[in-house]
Amino acid sequence: MSESHTHPAHLAHHFSDVEQQRESAKFGMWVFLLTEVLLFGGLFMAYAIYRAWNPDMFYNAHKALNIYMGTANTFVLIASSVTMALSIRSMQLDKRKQTIGFLIATLALACIFLVIKYFEYSHKFHVGQLPGKYYSYTGIKGTNPHIFFGIYFGMTGLHGLHVLAGMSAIVWVLIKTVKKKFSAEYYTPVEMVGLYWHLVDLIWIFLFPLLYLIG
Amino acid sequence: MSEAVAEKNYLNDPKGWKSWVFTLDHKRIGILYLASITAAFFLGGVFAVLIRLELLNPGQDLMGPDTYNQIFTLHGAVMIFLFIIPSIPAALGNFFLPLLIGAKDVAFPRLNLASYYIYVFGSMFAVYSIFTGAVDTGWTFYTPYSTETQTSVIPMTLGAFILGFSSIFTGLNFIVTIHKMRIPGMTWYKLPLFVWALYATAIIQVVATPVLGITLLLLIFERVFSVGIFNPDMGGDPVLFQHFFWFYSHPAVYIMILPGMGIISELIATFSHKKIFGYKAIAFSSLGIAFISFLVWGHHMFVSGQSELAAMIFSFLTFLVGIPSGIKVFNWITTLYKGQIHFDTPMLYALSFLFLFTIGGLTGIFLGALATDVHLHDTYFVVAHFHYVMMGGTVMAFLGGLHYWWPKMFGKMYNHFWSVIAMILVFVGFNVTFFSQFILGSQGMPRRYYNYLDQFQPLHAFSTIGSWILGAGFIIMAIYLIHSLFKGRKASDNPWGGLTFEWATGSPPPHHNFKVTPKMTHGPYDYDKVLVEQTDY
Ligand SMILES: [Cu+2]
Repeated sequence: MSESHTHPAHLAHHFSDVEQQRESAKFGMWVFLLTEVLLFGGLFMAYAIYRAWNPDMFYNAHKALNIYMGTANTFVLIASSVTMALSIRSMQLDKRKQTIGFLIATLALACIFLVIKYFEYSHKFHVGQLPGKYYSYTGIKGTNPHIFFGIYFGMTGLHGLHVLAGMSAIVWVLIKTVKKKFSAEYYTPVEMVGLYWHLVDLIWIFLFPLLYLIG
Repeated sequence: MSEAVAEKNYLNDPKGWKSWVFTLDHKRIGILYLASITAAFFLGGVFAVLIRLELLNPGQDLMGPDTYNQIFTLHGAVMIFLFIIPSIPAALGNFFLPLLIGAKDVAFPRLNLASYYIYVFGSMFAVYSIFTGAVDTGWTFYTPYSTETQTSVIPMTLGAFILGFSSIFTGLNFIVTIHKMRIPGMTWYKLPLFVWALYATAIIQVVATPVLGITLLLLIFERVFSVGIFNPDMGGDPVLFQHFFWFYSHPAVYIMILPGMGIISELIATFSHKKIFGYKAIAFSSLGIAFISFLVWGHHMFVSGQSELAAMIFSFLTFLVGIPSGIKVFNWITTLYKGQIHFDTPMLYALSFLFLFTIGGLTGIFLGALATDVHLHDTYFVVAHFHYVMMGGTVMAFLGGLHYWWPKMFGKMYNHFWSVIAMILVFVGFNVTFFSQFILGSQGMPRRYYNYLDQFQPLHAFSTIGSWILGAGFIIMAIYLIHSLFKGRKASDNPWGGLTFEWATGSPPPHHNFKVTPKMTHGPYDYDKVLVEQTDY
């Protein structure tokens, strides 16, 4: 190993070159994203089945969601995807300070998303639009409205956890960027976190019309 | 290189317990997995012996109905989630996949170690549930019972959820490793067939396991918040749980059997010293099985109120699984034809696999047929069927692989005589235990009962005696394998005369797998072109 002339510090011993390492990381990330899609797939399936069984209730119940907050959050997340993409672009151009700025912007937007979500959730808790046996709201006509809120909280809750996971990952690459671990030659982790963040965004893009824009 | 350096291998270099606990070496992680799944296998085996002991006589003699329900649930859950799913891929696969493709390690060594500790963490939840009232739902956790029972369902399902991540990470790692880490010149059609099987397995692990994850999460929601999704009183549907559950758990059956089939391909070729017949057919039938496995889950719900049309379609699709499975068996037997067959212990396991798996597969066709299934559903026939596939298939293949690669893993030979004795006991004990259950089932003995009618006693007693023979076989195996580690004869680098890369390195292999990176000079089964001798007799 010591003989090899070009052996950058970030190249792990079991890869023969940087290209192989980068390709592997990317491919692995895509496979991981596939598993995430399938994890949500179960919930989308449950959504489809219960919406087919209770079409009127789903229509009535969706009106209880705050469409303004939902729309705002959609724009916030799309904006965060843009800043995430820009942070990668900056790293490719070796502009570390810009990268740091864009990563912080992404984090800030993610926080805004969660704050808006917090207001939505606390309103629902307040009026009793809750899953299953905790459902105490009376203003929604149709069969089994508690199921809608079970699915709503299940889907947005799991998505919220993914936002938190994504934020932790962004903090991790932010620290590494500050510590000058990345350069235009090597920025794979930033790229991977970017891919993950786009998926989190994309899932919301599906959740938003399914939950907020019925009918 | 000096002599002292040459003797170093992955077992003694580096030294110290920390070098094991934090190891990133796929071989050591494979050994850690091997030790853990062996422990799980013995735990599950103890439960199995207890079940058979209770069933020796009708009526209650060892345990009451509630305890019995817990014991058979634990037997199933431990054997499936802790033993058989990780068994071949995570233990033998981890050790040998990189060696087989000439790589220094898997693509993501840290993820590999993480998957092991996630496995340990998930297992702790399962063990915790045993001490806090166990679970009595059966390993399938069917609703509505699983949402109502007072037993410790949440720790067990949480354990299974966590174990799922371990399985996903192993699968993900293997997919990337197989795509990106092969040495130059090793094209897809030069991959050893075990690698193809691991690849097909990994696809199922990655695609199906997340669905199990969300299913178990929904079950936990249902228990904690009574969401109502699986509760008919609240507008939910318990059969939906069955759909979700089997969407994972049927493909999971192929997570269990496919790697076993991969091992059998290696064993049959090596011990016949003949080029494998129908290489591409075997390789693609692995992928075919993986694909079809996602389309047949409804055959578990023929009597759950599924629509007749759906049942017919699922029945038809289930029959399709027989095609790729049949292709494999056909090609293995054709490989044997006019081969120079050596009846070493691993080969004896491979031959018993052929015999037992064929019975297991064929009875699966019976159960996939609608009318027959109505009669046999939830009887001992089903129990016998899946034990012929899982134990007669996967466990036999695992034991074959273990005996095949033992000299490579530890550099020691086990006692030939005792290994044959143990093999015979396992084979005979298995058939005594489970063939009787085919008959019991066809006579109407329902599964999951601690008690039975007097008329079933002779066959039940017969089956229980079989479990003792099996137990004796495994105890002997444990003794001679452990003995071999300390007192065994030193194994040569290529005791069986294999052509795949793991035999081209030391026994045991050095830390970085190969002293010299291997070159692709011949295919994995080119016995027609290369002369190799079996050195160990
Ligand atoms: Cu099945």
